[in-house]
Amino acid sequence: MTKLEQWVSTLLVLMLVWLCLVQDLLNLGYSKKFHDVLVPLPVYLLVTAGSYTLGTLGFRLANFNDCEEAAQELFMQIQEAKADLASKGLTL
Amino acid sequence: MASHSASLTSAGSQRRGGEKAPAEPAGADKYSVLLPTYNERENLPLVVWLLVKSFEESGNNYEIIVIDDGSPDGTQEVAQQLEKIYGSDKILLRPRAKKLGLAYIHGMQHATGNFIIIMDADLSHHPKFIPEFIRKQREGNFDIVSGTRYKGNGGVYGWDLKRKFISRGANFLTQILLRPGVSDLTGSFRLYRKDVLQKLMEKCISKGYVFQMEMIVRARQLNFTIGEVPISFVDRVYGESKLGGNEIVSFLKGLLTLFATT
Repeated sequence: MTKLEQWVSTLLVLMLVWLCLVQDLLNLGYSKKFHDVLVPLPVYLLVTAGSYTLGTLGFRLANFNDCEEAAQELFMQIQEAKADLASKGLTL
Repeated sequence: MASHSASLTSAGSQRRGGEKAPAEPAGADKYSVLLPTYNERENLPLVVWLLVKSFEESGNNYEIIVIDDGSPDGTQEVAQQLEKIYGSDKILLRPRAKKLGLAYIHGMQHATGNFIIIMDADLSHHPKFIPEFIRKQREGNFDIVSGTRYKGNGGVYGWDLKRKFISRGANFLTQILLRPGVSDLTGSFRLYRKDVLQKLMEKCISKGYVFQMEMIVRARQLNFTIGEVPISFVDRVYGESKLGGNEIVSFLKGLLTLFATT
């Protein structure tokens, strides 16, 4: 099963369950409070997913390491390399 | 040693996901570094110098295979000079005017090591991480070790906020859609067992960034084990590396293709 198929089938199942519950097809008789939460649930979940995404991206952006020392080390090694190679006969 | 490596390769091509090739005693391992180049006349000698330094310090057996895509700037002449300086058992120039995936295939045909290291030749990947890749590989007997910019003390130098945001956003998308089990799917600094890489090359069809992503996704499908090592990525030492609209579009196309087909 491809990832796309996994997503589509999972979403379909969730949607069917939600529809079933909202229309009360199984005649389980829910309280109005339960029903009030159930109906907007997909929208709530979407908003939650959106917030999670933004939050995660913000966090990861803030924690993205800037490799200052790595760059400095590289620049120094470039000078060293150029000198050594020139002494070994490399002409650029 | 040649026959020992050959037997490892043939055993590897028959094995399925769960079985492991026995870890080679350290002395028998040889690491072939594949360096596809295009117009890297200035960077190539520096990268080779750093590679030689790193391998000599760690004592591992190695060779460097430069696969040049017909560069007009004299990259091949520089590679030939390096071959004279370091010996043609250590530096091999194998010119080829083709795309990246084919450059790897071409390079592998000439590789005599039992491990292959792929990396960029523009100094964004530093050879000092190779001994860490090797150590990690031995530690877990991994089939693949991938460098990651996003975990541990991995990171990037030279990116502005916008570039970082795009990078994190793209990576987030790959995690959500493909659930690859590695933190840096578009990275191209990796160590592969040679037989594993050969097997993956047979299955992969994409190009560029997407090719690197597809390798990992296919590796997961085939139940190969993947270890990670944090690396630092130093961007724009020489010249410019831009991320244009075209690249973003082709990345998305490639990602969605992998999403729909794997």
